[in-house]
Amino acid sequence: MYYDNFVLPFVIGLYSLLIYLAIKYIRWIRTFPKADKLRIIKGLFTTKTLRSIREIITESIVHNKIFRTNPFLGYMHMCFGLGWFLLIVVGKIESTVYHTSLFNPPYFAIFFRFFHPANETFPGSNTFAFLMDFILLFILSGVFLAWMKRLYSRVVGLKKTTKHRPFDLLILTVLWMIFPLRLLAESFTSGARGGGSFLTHTLGDFFNNFLPLENLIYPAWWAYSSALGLFFILLPGSRYMHIPTEMVFIFLKNWGVKQGRKANAFTEFQLYSCSRCGICIDRCQLNTSLGINDTQSVYFLKKLRHKKDYTTLPENCLMCGRCESSCPVGIELNAIRLSKRPDMSRINKDTYSYIQPIDIKTAKVAYFAGCMGHLTPTVIAAMKHIFGKAGVDYTFLDESKGICCGRPMMLSGNQAITSVIVEKNRQMIYASGAEILVTTCPICYKIFKEEYKLKIKVMHHSEYIDELMKKNMLTTARSNYKTILHNPCELGRGSKVFEAPDNVLKTVSQKLSTKYDGKNSLCCGGSLANTHISAEQRTKIGSDALDLYATYNPDIIATACPLCKKTFTKKASDIQIKDIAELVAENCR
Amino acid sequence: MNLWGFKISETRGIDYDKNDKALLNYLAEKSPSSKLCIGCGGCTATCTAGNLTEFNIRKLQMLVKRGENKEAEQHLHKCMLCGKCLLVCPRGVDTRKMILTLIDYNRNKEHVLR
Repeated sequence: MYYDNFVLPFVIGLYSLLIYLAIKYIRWIRTFPKADKLRIIKGLFTTKTLRSIREIITESIVHNKIFRTNPFLGYMHMCFGLGWFLLIVVGKIESTVYHTSLFNPPYFAIFFRFFHPANETFPGSNTFAFLMDFILLFILSGVFLAWMKRLYSRVVGLKKTTKHRPFDLLILTVLWMIFPLRLLAESFTSGARGGGSFLTHTLGDFFNNFLPLENLIYPAWWAYSSALGLFFILLPGSRYMHIPTEMVFIFLKNWGVKQGRKANAFTEFQLYSCSRCGICIDRCQLNTSLGINDTQSVYFLKKLRHKKDYTTLPENCLMCGRCESSCPVGIELNAIRLSKRPDMSRINKDTYSYIQPIDIKTAKVAYFAGCMGHLTPTVIAAMKHIFGKAGVDYTFLDESKGICCGRPMMLSGNQAITSVIVEKNRQMIYASGAEILVTTCPICYKIFKEEYKLKIKVMHHSEYIDELMKKNMLTTARSNYKTILHNPCELGRGSKVFEAPDNVLKTVSQKLSTKYDGKNSLCCGGSLANTHISAEQRTKIGSDALDLYATYNPDIIATACPLCKKTFTKKASDIQIKDIAELVAENCR
Repeated sequence: MNLWGFKISETRGIDYDKNDKALLNYLAEKSPSSKLCIGCGGCTATCTAGNLTEFNIRKLQMLVKRGENKEAEQHLHKCMLCGKCLLVCPRGVDTRKMILTLIDYNRNKEHVLR
């Protein structure tokens, strides 16, 4: 029997952590809504489970998405994730080969170098020793990067790194100590008794020159075991809860559990899954343009998790989705933010009773300009021109008596009253007898697609124009203007429409590719979701975005959202701001 | 007592020294940009709700300033928060925030009364 008292801190720490986690997760899942529980049961024995395991390997262990943000940052996280994982797995295999039984206690593999007499070899013992040293070195290089990151975060490509609570700094220190302590413990053992490989053996020989190693072995192993035990005991109250929680979250996510309108136990899973890597901080334009440093998702989630007063943080967010699209864990940051906006609405029979059904011309295609569309009449004129050129029979739903789509109301948190607006619009849409609903405003587009549950096809005008072009119903010339695409938040990141506006713009102009293409597009600052910042601050965000686009020297900045267009035109600039529809209309043959 | 078949109407005069400023002060505190309003009426001209019914943000501002809070409250819930007024406003008044603040005030007032 391999046992020594020094394993106790590790064993006690590990088992109390496992019991704690099991109780916590089971309690949370028990409070899930019935529909979510059914989703879990249905998904359990499908490929979704396999997909989750794959995602755990690529994201929780290898940290693939962080790699794409910055290779150094990814490497640092990989050192801890993959390194620690390999240390456990290879260690377990090594101890199993030596002991020839799979059922040795967990601490045996962890403290293998202490229990294994160095003079006793077993199949591949040298290879194992080399591997284990190599993995340890790999992790230590990550620890080194982590130290550097704290001193100077630009090393790993972050302008700003997360400000942590004192408690999290304490456990961070414990984590940083674990691996150097292991190195010392293994080196001392190797120096005194032999064994080890290029790292621990060399270091052990070196220490042997001037240290009484035989007396230091035992304290070193105690220190290593205590650091591990302390880490496990402190973990539940710290951000490192993300390590176990993220894995459960990945399973739940893949089985189809989603963040609902109200915060629930699934929200807790997401809050605890946040590793506070801080990638969202640099992505947030409230930070880069306005210097607001307390509302970023990492801080908002931190306050929610620790039940701190978050006052205006739910309102102070553009919901542009830049943080969500870069979150390596895939937390539904916008939905969580929205769930914390209070629903103040009360409905009675007079609610919006002034909105009466109107006579609608019936047609195959229904066009909805939206409130913002009506602020940019040139876009509406362009769409009319395009419909005419393509010979489409269409009806203009909100030409004179239209109402709001309800998305701005929904973004303010007032869900109940939104449903009244939605119902009124739905009646109008169905009254038109249309098969396709084309909208000019991405804000409307998003709610039509997600909340209305319409039985007809919903298209943004960029998608519709793209389709008209593909069907050769619309022929256009390619102008010589150099253009940049400003993909609106609600269309691109919000509704995952990236290709259509890209294609259209490439067809009618010389589109420049920028680092703001696709999901990296900027926010114009006009977002209705933020009710906290002032008009000047909005304009500042917009003009900063324009300045960034201007570095590519385009002739025209093309957008696909009337709100973006309207917001951008508040800054005087030589560069024209145009909607994609306008560019197409100008170049129609 | 209406003895003669007609009576003298109550005065419509507003005494700005004595009127109810609670809502106005609350609005000024929570949504300071509302103080920037010059009453141009741009918001009202563009208003989606105002196109269909009697709803006038400019008038709403005036009612609140006068302390005619009940009248103001009656109109509040017609707003759909679409945000057109926000983009039209030449003074940068956050009109949506203003409406939300007024709704919030009324909600809190009810909580207190209960």
